[in-house]
Amino acid sequence: MTRFIVRRILSSIPVLLGIIFLVFVLARVIPGDPCTATYGEKATPEICAAFAARFGLDRPIWEQFVIYFGSVIQGDLGTSIKFGRPVTEILAERLPVTVELTIIALAFAAIVGITLGVVSATRRNSPADVSTMILANLGVSTPVFVLGLVLAFVFAVLLRDTPFALPPSGRVTAGVSIAPLAVTWGLESLEGVPRGILDFFSNMYVFNTLVTGQWAELADVLRHLILPAIAVGTIPLAIIARMTRSSLLEVLGLDYVRTARAKGLRERSVVVRHGMRNALLPVVTIIGLSLGAFLSGAILTETIFNLTGMGKTLFEAISGRDYIVIQGVTIVVAVAYLVVNLVVDVSYAVLDPRIRLS
Amino acid sequence: MSLSGTPDARAPLALGAETTVTPKATSLRKETARNVLRQKSAVVGLVILTFLTVVAIFAPVIAPFDPDVSMLDLGIPGTRGDPPCIHLLGCPVDQPQHIMGLDSNLRDEFSRVLFGARVSLLVGIVTVGFGIVIGTTIGAIAGFAGGASDNILMRLMDVMLSFPSLILAIAIVTVLGPGLVNGMLAIGIVSIPIYARVMRGSVLSVRESDFVTASRAMGESSRGILARRILPNALTPLIVQGTLGIGGAILEVAALSFVGIGALPPLAEWGAMIAGDRNLFFSAPHLILFPGIAITLAVLSFNLIGDGLRDALDPRLNR
Repeated sequence: MTRFIVRRILSSIPVLLGIIFLVFVLARVIPGDPCTATYGEKATPEICAAFAARFGLDRPIWEQFVIYFGSVIQGDLGTSIKFGRPVTEILAERLPVTVELTIIALAFAAIVGITLGVVSATRRNSPADVSTMILANLGVSTPVFVLGLVLAFVFAVLLRDTPFALPPSGRVTAGVSIAPLAVTWGLESLEGVPRGILDFFSNMYVFNTLVTGQWAELADVLRHLILPAIAVGTIPLAIIARMTRSSLLEVLGLDYVRTARAKGLRERSVVVRHGMRNALLPVVTIIGLSLGAFLSGAILTETIFNLTGMGKTLFEAISGRDYIVIQGVTIVVAVAYLVVNLVVDVSYAVLDPRIRLS
Repeated sequence: MSLSGTPDARAPLALGAETTVTPKATSLRKETARNVLRQKSAVVGLVILTFLTVVAIFAPVIAPFDPDVSMLDLGIPGTRGDPPCIHLLGCPVDQPQHIMGLDSNLRDEFSRVLFGARVSLLVGIVTVGFGIVIGTTIGAIAGFAGGASDNILMRLMDVMLSFPSLILAIAIVTVLGPGLVNGMLAIGIVSIPIYARVMRGSVLSVRESDFVTASRAMGESSRGILARRILPNALTPLIVQGTLGIGGAILEVAALSFVGIGALPPLAEWGAMIAGDRNLFFSAPHLILFPGIAITLAVLSFNLIGDGLRDALDPRLNR
């Protein structure tokens, strides 16, 4: 087992190198002088001198890569053109918003998707199955931004004065403020990495309000997360539902399931205890693979619902032509994607001995 | 059928070496078509696609207005984001008819949605075509050459796959500069690894088979083996993957347009139309709804056909 994990971690190192290399190449092939291309009108001689010094623009290209690689590994992703602040700092502040949204969306997609898939598979060709599959097909075909806007319209405009009304924008209702954990717990003197980690979790409002027991605030935060989470989660949900259905149908046709039925087990027990255990393996993989869909969805959704996370940061960087931020987000997202897929692979190997032995 | 047990004495005469080859090739195609048509969802997909294709081809004939011209320039009264006005459904006859209302620039939304079908169908097909051509070339080289070039090419593909596709596409477009063509190029580039993997897999699976060895022994060139022996074997998964890929490409190019770096105004592209009228959404939701439904229909049609093709071509499912 340990050997498998070590081998899997080692094999992702070249990919990590490749990711940084690809972003480096993309940053270098921008037409024109890299400094003026990056900073546009703000490219004063001083800024360009600092830029050249940072990237060693007068050195050979491979040496430039080594410099770039060194700074990225140390967590230095450059300074935002628009904000004049280190990209790492901006992202550390905003990443928790995206992580929180992704986790809620993932939970929604997995719970609803697997349930629908099981219902479909156990009632094959029933009206419930057919309508679920039609909805799943529509789900994967609807653009995230259209779904987000339509949800906002339905729940914030059409249902405005009903109990079902939901806020279309922001993380909390205006006037509600959520104190950082460092303040609540009197840890303001904390510095460096521990403080960074504390601030990260503190900025995930669901976590923050949950551990400090601020129930009214928690409810407010969750109400703001419902619509964006549905928008982000719908495409993965549809994929998970289809995968669960086909995988469970395949498993339920196997001999050992017939044996389980023959020895008189209740149908529920056959499906849940015997069928699902094996049917879930491919579903776990699909959930890992749809992380890309979650992240792409988050980019499009955060701008619609005005949540200041990675997606909105990227969106603003695109319209402000803030190349340094775009590169920073690209690297962080790709690395996150790599790490999650690593975790999925390892958990898959834990669940299924055949994989680590092959 | 004719081989087994037909007492007809003339039947064996039809079994000459030349005649068996051709009927078999066409029958596979026919059988696939029959299998696809047997699936309700694939038929629905085909119907939607046919409808969209007709709309795209005849857009200039069907559209009541030029998609890029404002009502202001035509001297027709109207305000930004006017709701749909259909005379048949009780809209007063003295008001100008706009089936899908007016957009934020006083253009006829219906005409723009119609012309958008041209853009999106073209975008999907061209983008995937580009990805398939480059991807299969890379996959064929990697699979055929093996060794170091295989390793380098496929590791490069791995790196590209380790980005969420929309993020990589955004990074590429920021380098190339915004625009529909660059957006398509970016989405096409991002899709290359998928086709490269499919092609490489097919090459590896038949490279050592007897019929390839036989053609090599008969002096056929590598290129000939690739084109005449290996490519036909790889075609099935490529067609399935490509059909599903068209839906994905339409969605992703629309997303690029939505974030402002794909199709640029005033081009009538569905994603760009939604982005342009987003601010009017709460007062004029039809401006999001109609292009949104159009994108969904286009993507849905390719997804349904792709699923249908996959099921029809999967020998395990053949009854």
